Amino acid sequence: MANISALNQTAAGFDAVSDQLGSGPRGKKPRRTFSGRNIVIYGTLFVAAVYYLLPLYVMVVTSLKGMPEIRLGNIFSPPVEITFEPWVKAWASACTGLNCDGLSRGFGNSVRILLPSVVVSIIVASVSGYALANWRFKGADLFFSILIVGAFIPYQVMIYPIVIVLRELGIYGTLTGLVVVHTIFGMPILTLLFRNYFTSLPEELFKAARIDGAGFWQIYFRIMLPMSLPIFVVAIILQVTGIWNDFLFGVVFTRPDTYPMTVQLNNIVNSVQGVKEYNVNMAATLLTGAVPLFVYFVSGRLFVRGIAAGAVKG
Amino acid sequence: MRSTVPAGRPNRLFRNLNSKIALIPMILTALVVFLGGTVWTVVYSFTRSGLLPRLTFVGLDQYERLWAAPRWIISIQNLAIYGVLSLIFSLVIGFILAALMDQKIRFENTFRTIFLYPFALSFIVTGLVWQWILNPEFGVQSVVRSIGFTNFTFDPLYNSQIVIYGVLIAGLWQGTGLVMCLMLAGLRGIDEDIWKAARVDGIPMWRTYLFIVIPMMRPVFITTLVLIASGIVKVYDLVVAQTSGGPGIASEVPAKYVYDYMFQAQNLGQGFAASTMMLITVAIIVIPWAYLEFGGKKRG
Amino acid sequence: MRLQYLAAVLAASVMLPAAHAGATDLEVTHWWTSGGEAAAVKELAKAFDASGNKWIDGAIAGSGGTARPIMISRITGGDPMGATQFNHGRQAQELVQAGLMRDLTDVAKRENWEKIIRPAGLLKSCTIDGKIYCAPVNIHSWQWLWLSNAAFKKAGVDVPKNWNEFVAAGPALQKAGIQPLALGGQPWQANGLFDTLMISLGGKDLYTKVYQDKDKATITGPEVAKIFKAADDARKLSKGTNVQDWNQATNMVITGKAGGQVMGDWAQGEFQLAGQKAGTDYSCLPGLGLNEYLTTGGDAFYFPLLKDPAKAKAQEALASVIVDPKTQVAFNLKKGSLPIRGDVDLGAANDCMKKGLAILDKGSVLTSTDQLLSADTQKQKEDLFSEFFASTSMTPEAAQARFAKIVAAAD
Repeated sequence: MANISALNQTAAGFDAVSDQLGSGPRGKKPRRTFSGRNIVIYGTLFVAAVYYLLPLYVMVVTSLKGMPEIRLGNIFSPPVEITFEPWVKAWASACTGLNCDGLSRGFGNSVRILLPSVVVSIIVASVSGYALANWRFKGADLFFSILIVGAFIPYQVMIYPIVIVLRELGIYGTLTGLVVVHTIFGMPILTLLFRNYFTSLPEELFKAARIDGAGFWQIYFRIMLPMSLPIFVVAIILQVTGIWNDFLFGVVFTRPDTYPMTVQLNNIVNSVQGVKEYNVNMAATLLTGAVPLFVYFVSGRLFVRGIAAGAVKG
Repeated sequence: MRSTVPAGRPNRLFRNLNSKIALIPMILTALVVFLGGTVWTVVYSFTRSGLLPRLTFVGLDQYERLWAAPRWIISIQNLAIYGVLSLIFSLVIGFILAALMDQKIRFENTFRTIFLYPFALSFIVTGLVWQWILNPEFGVQSVVRSIGFTNFTFDPLYNSQIVIYGVLIAGLWQGTGLVMCLMLAGLRGIDEDIWKAARVDGIPMWRTYLFIVIPMMRPVFITTLVLIASGIVKVYDLVVAQTSGGPGIASEVPAKYVYDYMFQAQNLGQGFAASTMMLITVAIIVIPWAYLEFGGKKRG
Repeated sequence: MRLQYLAAVLAASVMLPAAHAGATDLEVTHWWTSGGEAAAVKELAKAFDASGNKWIDGAIAGSGGTARPIMISRITGGDPMGATQFNHGRQAQELVQAGLMRDLTDVAKRENWEKIIRPAGLLKSCTIDGKIYCAPVNIHSWQWLWLSNAAFKKAGVDVPKNWNEFVAAGPALQKAGIQPLALGGQPWQANGLFDTLMISLGGKDLYTKVYQDKDKATITGPEVAKIFKAADDARKLSKGTNVQDWNQATNMVITGKAGGQVMGDWAQGEFQLAGQKAGTDYSCLPGLGLNEYLTTGGDAFYFPLLKDPAKAKAQEALASVIVDPKTQVAFNLKKGSLPIRGDVDLGAANDCMKKGLAILDKGSVLTSTDQLLSADTQKQKEDLFSEFFASTSMTPEAAQARFAKIVAAAD
């Protein structure tokens, strides 16, 4: 069931698979026989695929069942009677407290938080990565090391200091404040990726530009940026996923009228009014995950290419 | 693919002001937020701060209490189990999947999408779904029982002994796809000639992977390690969504201890003492490595 | 000062009709999201909107543990809401001491809260250094055993009259495939259950000696050991509940899947919402049918200090709406809690609420543990009891030793 739906989703781009990657597969030439080797390869991949697809399948079928059916059947059985009511309810009328407008309100808020946060954090990280890769000065690596250690600090630990910093800057509770927070916590990994990528670009390009008298920003915009599409794709994917899925900052640094979707998801899932409505919860979950899932389905190919560019060299 | 470039950038002669200006946000983040926040946390861990930070020093009291708390000890053990297993399994599964995907297989796009999509979902969602699948009343257990194995028991989330493995199953589901992608990217970066040479020399495939390819993928492993390890230390949302630390306190983790004591118990001092212990552990492991990796002379 | 203030209020009231057009929005944060709770909040919001202002609802689901950090961060971060729920007691004390909360003494004096609010301890816990900082909205007591009449009928035993009978009926329930005692997994539920056993089985004196006097000999003594034995019974009866939220556990009682639940009177709202009738569908035993004492904790609203004078006025309006007799009746009937004033007509109340009111009128009330102990101590107790109730290996004696340590270290 779920196999089919996933297949359909990727079928569109399927024909052109093999040559799309920056560099092709490196294994032996495929033999179109049922050799033992092929059975092992496809068998293993298939079993793994089932494990990965199972939860999605459960989410989808559950969200299409009515509550009586859920109480009766097991979670893996397909819906007897398909209903879209849970989806409608999750989107438009699920309640938390007095607000009964489902996830719809949060969607706009999430977009409003997402766009500036992604743009600002990527600009800052790419410029930092570029400066670290090509304009190294003494001490820069020390700061970078601190930054990398920062990647290991749990966000919860940093909430209090961040609250204080934002309060002193007077931007607590504003969109600016939230963008700053996302930029700060996205910085370690993104800077690492950009730095690695820019380091891997041919040195000669940079030298030639320097000899021509190009400055810091000129080289960045004229030479580095045009060559960096893959790594920007990776950064965008990571940030869209991370920021869209963020709950902690979204709830601590906003107010009810600007809550992002994840906060509303938590509210819907955790406000049990009577019985737990699993179907609505699952529909809400899928709706919330829709944006990053869409980004993945569309750009999965570019993702590997970008990762190859950003992570392989160091 | 491209050979690595030797060091010796024009960093001495052209000390460009712009580059330093460009690095200001990063330097501020590193100094003010990460370093400043850390120092601040450490200082206040020696105080009796309640709901609000207060500079009433109490020496090591908070630490004594921390290490006497059964919940903290369990948290540490859980993190160790989860961390070690999650690191090993992510790398092994990720690498094996990537190696299989690299065999010029058909449906590569489909498989990759399937393995990667869980990463698009938040830990909150991951926790919820797996909580449900592992629920003995409707999930795997009830399904297996309904086909006849009435004694089959699989309820990791309600068994204190194995609950952390239930969390691990969900964590791996969410994260291995990304590791697979990183590994696949790394494999694609290995020069075709290496494979040809290995084949000509008659070296078996598994040996080529183990002794030639993997060592060449060092940078990928480093990026992967940073990503996985930083995720492990931070594990919080997953536990909250999947088990809330239960049953009892059997699946508690350090980050949750920190948060609960800072805000629920309104005992910032205790929370900060726990954070400091986490920070020290991270520092001991990460700083020497980060310094070797990124500090000093750039590798060429 | 008072005169000036009075003049200001007068002036404001004269200008009110004109200002009416521009209703003031006031954001109110709370964690009331279960069915009964949400219905009660609606009454509060309705009454507040009727005063010419607008209630902006800031519900945060997932109980106080999730919501409080967010509220506190926002208040200390300098972006406070208009009003916020806390359990009165020691939760907001430091915020008040840091000067972040608003002094309501004037409103309280004007409306004579001191006279109308009962029991007196309620207002006392809102008072810090002689000033009043919160408006109590309801009285909640923990000491209730809720029983499903249908479950006992199915098991073929009489509905128990007290805790001891309930424990005795356990095996019969189990035989009939019914979960004897429903206990949700959230730590505060295990903690509340234990404190309830302490007060209902041990009586007033024991409770006071342990939590108020923190008397070492008593805490390590045989009387408390008995309570731990009872907790051990409860642990055996609650094995296999497998739900997290309190209202899911309550739902097990409502549907007859479980025999009973020890939970505060807020559970009442859930029974009511499910259309069940006290006495016929379910039974309630205050004080577990043994010692009919109730602790009077509850919810209160605190008001952060705001700069905007229009908002400040709206805060005042909300404070008086909360205490208003009409709101008190409407709100508490929905929520299943008891009103904070004795002079309201609760003719519409059901049997269980009437039992509670009678105990309140008798004056059989005690200070709740939320007021006697700090959040820190409560959290440590929660850790202990959630571990105890989930484990099979921790002996009552070992638990008592750890309990003694926690209470001894309490400030």
